[in-house]
Amino acid sequence: MAKRSFEPFLWSLFSAGGVVAAFLIPVLLFLYGLAFPLGWLTAPGYRETLALVRHPLTRLVLFVLCSLPLFHWAHRFRFTLYDGLQIKHLNEVITVLCYGGAVVGTVLAGILLLSLP
Amino acid sequence: MKQTAAYTLYRPKWYRKRVSTYWWSRQWSYFVFILRELSSIFVAWFVVLTLLFINALSQGEVDFARFQEWLKSPLMIALNFISFLFVLFHAITWFNLAPAAMPVRVRGKRLPDWMVAAPNYVAWVAISAVIAWLLLRGN
Repeated sequence: MAKRSFEPFLWSLFSAGGVVAAFLIPVLLFLYGLAFPLGWLTAPGYRETLALVRHPLTRLVLFVLCSLPLFHWAHRFRFTLYDGLQIKHLNEVITVLCYGGAVVGTVLAGILLLSLP
Repeated sequence: MKQTAAYTLYRPKWYRKRVSTYWWSRQWSYFVFILRELSSIFVAWFVVLTLLFINALSQGEVDFARFQEWLKSPLMIALNFISFLFVLFHAITWFNLAPAAMPVRVRGKRLPDWMVAAPNYVAWVAISAVIAWLLLRGN
């Protein structure tokens, strides 16, 4: 029997992460990366932010926001290295670093979100 | 494919033309393709920022203020500006690819591409507006 490929599963994570990244990241990065630091808009204060982030729904959204886009990155970056730099001989190392990084980031996000004060 | 084929009388010879490592710099469309692929790095950077943000938030008010000051440094502004452009590029190319990835058929006929892409843009604007409202309503 042929070995089942793991690729469709990884692709679905890539795809889901791409959707999450496309819908959520531009507005958040615009606000927190540009509008708030440059003083165009006023950022929510510490207490408001903490209250918002502690909400279970926000925690869930933040967890998904961290995890899926990391798998999106892992998949896309892996193939960028394959095709762009043609370093296929480093196949295993790249795979481990990319998806391993995504797993580490996911675990970190989980720990951070669960240990909020 | 295995490189070590078993011996046969007419052993096939590999013919693989060498492609330059810089193949993507030869044509504009290839270059755009690589730029789109590189957008994933900035997506990952955003996640790193988010993790640092949550960490600073859980450390307390002083660390949170320090984190916000750090984001004001020219280097971070420049990096986040570039990241924002790449993330925008990712979103637009992603939505424009939706009709190719999921062709929708109504009564056997394929819907025009824009009718599949448009709802994505509407949803994008709506979601962005809700997030902005959530974060700005206090002011």
